[in-house]
Amino acid sequence: MFEICFPEFLGARCIVSQALFGQLLIGLINGSFYALLSLGLAVIFGMLNIINFAHGAQYMMGAFVAFFLLQYVGLNYWYALVIAPIAVGAFGVLLERLFLQWLYKLDHLYGLLLTFGLALIVEGLFRNQFGSSGLPYRVPDQLQGGQNLGFMFLPNYRAWVIVFSLAVCLITWYVIERTKLGSYLRAATENPTLVRAFGINVPRMITLTYGFGVGLAALAGVMAAPIYSVSPQMGSHLIIVVFAVVVIGGMGSIMGAIVTGFGLGLIEGLTKVFFPEASNTVIFIIMAIVLLIRPAGLFGRRA
Amino acid sequence: MLDVRAPLLSVRDLQAWYGESHILHGVTFDVHQGEVVTLLGRNGAGKTTTMKSIMGIVPRRAGSVRFEGRELIGSASNEIARAGIAFCPEERGIFASLDVKENLLLPPQVKPGGLPLDRIFDLFPNLKERLGSSQGTKLSGGEQQMLAIARILRTGARLLLLDEPTEGLAPVIIQQIGKTIRTLKEQGFTILLVEQNFRFASTVADRYYVMEHGRVVEGFANSELDQKLETLHEYLGL
Repeated sequence: MFEICFPEFLGARCIVSQALFGQLLIGLINGSFYALLSLGLAVIFGMLNIINFAHGAQYMMGAFVAFFLLQYVGLNYWYALVIAPIAVGAFGVLLERLFLQWLYKLDHLYGLLLTFGLALIVEGLFRNQFGSSGLPYRVPDQLQGGQNLGFMFLPNYRAWVIVFSLAVCLITWYVIERTKLGSYLRAATENPTLVRAFGINVPRMITLTYGFGVGLAALAGVMAAPIYSVSPQMGSHLIIVVFAVVVIGGMGSIMGAIVTGFGLGLIEGLTKVFFPEASNTVIFIIMAIVLLIRPAGLFGRRA
Repeated sequence: MLDVRAPLLSVRDLQAWYGESHILHGVTFDVHQGEVVTLLGRNGAGKTTTMKSIMGIVPRRAGSVRFEGRELIGSASNEIARAGIAFCPEERGIFASLDVKENLLLPPQVKPGGLPLDRIFDLFPNLKERLGSSQGTKLSGGEQQMLAIARILRTGARLLLLDEPTEGLAPVIIQQIGKTIRTLKEQGFTILLVEQNFRFASTVADRYYVMEHGRVVEGFANSELDQKLETLHEYLGL
């Protein structure tokens, strides 16, 4: 452990390395969740033109599925990592078929209101059933403990979350930007009518895209379960920040969502070290500045 | 024109609406295997809407569109494409978020027997040079038009719907597109063309239909063009 001292204009303080790197680590962890969630939102917005306000609730459902699997079925974290995204994604597919598909030709506001309403209903049902105090979820045995890196202590589970979510983000980016399937998605985002007239079943692709975006939220929920406790309102706390991240990155940009997610997590962590009073608002201040200077977002393609 | 073969495409009493406005009021015509047929008519006569109705991308339509004897009026546009009809829209529809190669390879193969890539590059040598280009929409207008035609030749569709492929292009490019259409016809493609430019159409078409107010009002073969010029001028307001 060592001390880092700051010059006059930063308050001439000294902090121990643990504090700085500890906050950076928390920043990266938060950034992992921001990135995964804003990525799902960006994919959904690109294809469906819908601002998915139910994203936080779907993230929470992912965490609850992990909890149920462990509690009632005896299936551990690793099973949950696969089953929860599929189960919650299937729920998303159902929502899209039942409700969302009727909204595509209307203003964004309708999709936002509908998904916001769905989020309230889902969260209300869970709160009714499980109360609002959190339920515990154990870190999986294989990822207990941590590494002493000299300048800080790195818990294994947190390292796993950062690496795994980064991998999921990059794989998603690769599939969308570099593969044949991705070229269908990008083309259908631009001109769904023409892509369909080439023989591609665009409505089915839209349904599956929503299911995938929702599945990403559920995956983030499973990863969050051992870090934050599993509670009905865990998503609604996070989702407001995630929407700010999406606005900063630019709606519909995949790499933008990833870079902005991790970047803002880090900035938030640094703010906790240097100016803790602003740590809850720094993302919204950045959002306001970005909206003034680049209304389409840092990575937005369309003005 | 007397033709004993069953037509490849048979359009009967086709009606189409955009919202409240009734655009097509009973369009009837045939396209036979291997023909190049051109729809002529003024702006707003319903030529593009006819194509879009055949393709199934008009919100509401009625009547009959039979392709290879199969009724397609109730089918979704992806099923119509899978039946073997390919569409090249007036606005070309090159995708900005796809590079040139991705644009070219985007339409899936719907039938066996599409043109292989090297044959496509024989037809459009400039496209091959532009394959590395980052964005499809950074190509010139002529190159975008060629790309829009090239990408539907791979799919195995035997009926091509080309909506105003010469619009806004330089004469030398128009000539190249004319040459391409004649080559495609020799290779057995059937082509339905929408054109304002009937000078160009006369270099490629076997037959014409003239549209006015959402109906076909006249049909004649290329050999009759000279006798029909005066009537045509009246219809087209030339």
